[in-house]
Amino acid sequence: MKEITLDAKLGNLDEVLAFVDSRLEELECPVKAQMQIDVAVEEIFVNIASYAYEGQPGSATIRMEIRQNPKSAEITFLDRGIPYNPVEKEDPDVSLPIEKRRIGGLGIYMVKKSMDEMLYERRDGYNILTIIKKIS
Amino acid sequence: MLNIIKNLDHKTLTIALEGRLDTTTAPQLETELKSDVADVTLLIMDFEKLDYISSAGLRVLLSAQKVMNKQGTMKIIHVSDAINDIFEVTGFSDILNIE
Repeated sequence: MKEITLDAKLGNLDEVLAFVDSRLEELECPVKAQMQIDVAVEEIFVNIASYAYEGQPGSATIRMEIRQNPKSAEITFLDRGIPYNPVEKEDPDVSLPIEKRRIGGLGIYMVKKSMDEMLYERRDGYNILTIIKKIS
Repeated sequence: MLNIIKNLDHKTLTIALEGRLDTTTAPQLETELKSDVADVTLLIMDFEKLDYISSAGLRVLLSAQKVMNKQGTMKIIHVSDAINDIFEVTGFSDILNIE
């Protein structure tokens, strides 16, 4: 298990993705799965950076565990912001015509659809969100 | 990082994207579109060298499609399998012209 802790701000997105991608290289992760994982990490980190601390400074920790045989990646996000459970968030209607389309909620929906598991708990003042992706 | 290569030929604007269309880079594309799309009747987005798109990128595509619906046509060409999957999951394959 490896982790990084950094300020929860949008400017740190590239650093978060670099951390995740460097570990995915150890798994020899296919391009498509890597993109799905990067998208999931971006959506979750951007949510934390944008909303968790309501404009106040705060930090985020990203833990990443990779497993071989069978290959999988498990990534956990921790923040001490306001309680927020994205797993319970209602899915957007992706069949609406373009005039009625809204982007809100689409990011988390993409995470739910592309990851094998998404788990949330609130513990000791932390939001703890874990995503797991099997890599075939 | 995102490179935006634009080619305006009469009323056809072709925009080739290279790199990543994400939270960090999507505002660049939004700015470019706002400044150049006014008199365009055909907007072609070339994704041949686009490696990655997140919901921030989808947001810009959606607003571009809405603008072009009023004044002409927008199409997206050379979409990779990985990006096409994202369009499928989000229902964007139904609202965008993907060739």
